[in-house]
Amino acid sequence: MSNVDFLIKNVSLPDGKVADIGITDGVISSIGKDSKDQATNSIDGSGFVALPGLVDLHTHLREPGREDAETVLSGSRAGVKGGFTAVSAMANTSPVADTAGVVEQVYRLGQEAGLLDVFPIGAVTQGLKGEALSEIGAMADSVARVRVFSDDGNCVSDPLVMRRALEYIKKFDGVIAQHAQDPRMTVGSQMNEGEISARLGLKGWPAVAEEAIIARDVLLADHVKSRLHICHLTTAGGVEIIRWAKARGINVTAEVTPHHLLLTDDLASSYDPVYKVNPPLRTEADVIALREALADGTIDIVATDHAPHPTEAKECEWQEAAFGMLGLETALSIVQKTMVDTGLISWQQVAERMSYAPARIGRYEQQGQPLVEGSAANIVVMNPTQMWTVDRDLVLSKSSNTPYHGQQLPGVIMHTFFKGKHVLNNGVVAQNGAK
Amino acid sequence: MRHLLSIADLSKAEAISILDTATELARVSDGAVKKLPTLRGRTIVNLFAEDSTRTRISFEAAAKRLSADVINFSAKGSSLSKGESLKDTAMTLQAMGADAVVIRHSASGAAQRLADNQWMSGSVVNAGDGTHEHPSQALLDAFTIRKHLGMGGADLSGLNVAIVGDVLHSRVARSNVLLLSLLGAKVSLVAPPTLLPLGIESWPAEVSYDFDAVIPHVDVVMMLRVQQERMTDLFFPNAREYSRYFGLNAERMASMKPGAIVMHPGPMNRGLEISAEVADSARSVITEQVTNGVSVRMAILYVLLAGGALEAGSN
Repeated sequence: MSNVDFLIKNVSLPDGKVADIGITDGVISSIGKDSKDQATNSIDGSGFVALPGLVDLHTHLREPGREDAETVLSGSRAGVKGGFTAVSAMANTSPVADTAGVVEQVYRLGQEAGLLDVFPIGAVTQGLKGEALSEIGAMADSVARVRVFSDDGNCVSDPLVMRRALEYIKKFDGVIAQHAQDPRMTVGSQMNEGEISARLGLKGWPAVAEEAIIARDVLLADHVKSRLHICHLTTAGGVEIIRWAKARGINVTAEVTPHHLLLTDDLASSYDPVYKVNPPLRTEADVIALREALADGTIDIVATDHAPHPTEAKECEWQEAAFGMLGLETALSIVQKTMVDTGLISWQQVAERMSYAPARIGRYEQQGQPLVEGSAANIVVMNPTQMWTVDRDLVLSKSSNTPYHGQQLPGVIMHTFFKGKHVLNNGVVAQNGAK
Repeated sequence: MRHLLSIADLSKAEAISILDTATELARVSDGAVKKLPTLRGRTIVNLFAEDSTRTRISFEAAAKRLSADVINFSAKGSSLSKGESLKDTAMTLQAMGADAVVIRHSASGAAQRLADNQWMSGSVVNAGDGTHEHPSQALLDAFTIRKHLGMGGADLSGLNVAIVGDVLHSRVARSNVLLLSLLGAKVSLVAPPTLLPLGIESWPAEVSYDFDAVIPHVDVVMMLRVQQERMTDLFFPNAREYSRYFGLNAERMASMKPGAIVMHPGPMNRGLEISAEVADSARSVITEQVTNGVSVRMAILYVLLAGGALEAGSN
């Protein structure tokens, strides 16, 4: 028996065993059945599931530049609400995160918010233009310790630039997170190319524009023996290429977004741009292939591609609207709905795909650790049996472009602990910097 | 019926009732006094966010013959050209008390966005949205076909129609495929493979790359305009080659069935998709399409705003 700062009692661990989790000085100090620990603060976790704090490898926080859509603070609050203890700030800000100065600014804003770890992603090329390499080394060696590099929003489409980038990041144990989209094949593209786009008269974004880049890049990664990560995989064909590449031993990982696990291109029939996203929603057959690939490990992780946009960017004609949808606050519920409640994966596998694996890919220290004694106390406690209704007016993100408005989803996130701090208490986010 | 956004929203009975109403209204247009008092005191706004002459004038004439007040709101010189959003424009029209908005817009789905949101309460008529649909054009085309070849029937069953040209970018083709097949006609789409949308297999139409194989079997040849910008975007090698395979010239016209007609939604590229001899030939009903357009658009406004079809013989 000892004194701990906080005790989570009778909670189900990812493997299904029920235990008490004691937290002391930001670390899991005890874990086991019927703890005799004394704690000043405790919660009853009966019926709840504890998971390692979720890690998002793909988040648009919009700061600097588009603070009307999201800030590091508002995005941190949305993340905590969604059970995340780390997010990765994509580089397509204004100015672009292609220098040490910008990534250090974003990192510092994350520290000041103090609600979760904000790991900046560095641009691969200057200004995301796909021409000249950005200050990769300076960003890697900065206090932000950047390991993930991405031009997300744009594809590194020039094969020589991609080859050089893949080679250069080997010095820093980095990874290139590729937004796979052949730009020539997708000029003005609005939605998945197929039966629905033909009927709606919206310009198609063909699956092959994604798959051709994935195929090229796994070959490049093999050739230069570097580390490649494919962002937001959306097609059955892409899954096949990744499966083939992994079988060959190519060092590639892949992510899928929650929305591509659930939503399909027929939603565009409403012409409501809340369903406009890049890469686009695909077909039912693609959704099934993505779920299977996430279950069998071909796809390594779930990443949100949380993409906030102000109201006016979505309250307009489809072709005028911005691409992207919110993801942080609904990610775990969508994964439960599509993967856990369907029997495709266990909570242990959720922990792997939403915490351990993304932290490994990003080389994020103190994140993605199993719930064992000595791990950093990054923990999410959720109630898998409760349903909740998504309300775009109640999201913590500064924007409201969620495609799930009005939908009933399973799984309510009750508590989030970030390095031992109780940052989400009964669904309420702590003030920034609070204990 | 509150809006006319897509032919897909129409039942066969509704489509036929619009055509029948147009037939009745055409009789009025042929009379000495062309005007009906039906929509007196109602306000119809022509919101044309994309350049169009014939469709706007046609809707304007239709509204005026029904005694509605017409406000024309065109892109050039209006707040639309100054970056005003569709929402703000709609709310402005609502504040002005528009009973119906006839919208032409370069964005597919713009008419549906206007109708689905709570921005305004009036009826919305889609006068062409991007590369999606142009339902009033399809209705006037069906009206014209029925008048010439319908043999007194209400629908178009038994007729074969070829739609030839840039199907990929054509809102006229999309609306016509839906409407003509709804009315019982058999539709063939003829185009180079580059100008047919991927996913066309699910359309109620047959597809051919061979105009010469199709033309002897059809009752109607509907030519589509080839936009200038297609010339430079790799859809076909050059205009001459396009004309050779997919243009309608006098030689091809000679293989048409007796009594078969030639249509074009305009504006035509004479010498490209259609030769001057064909456009001005006895088979051409192209100017008649324009005339019928007014009656059909009167019928659309009548059905939406006067609350139902016009019975035969009433006035």
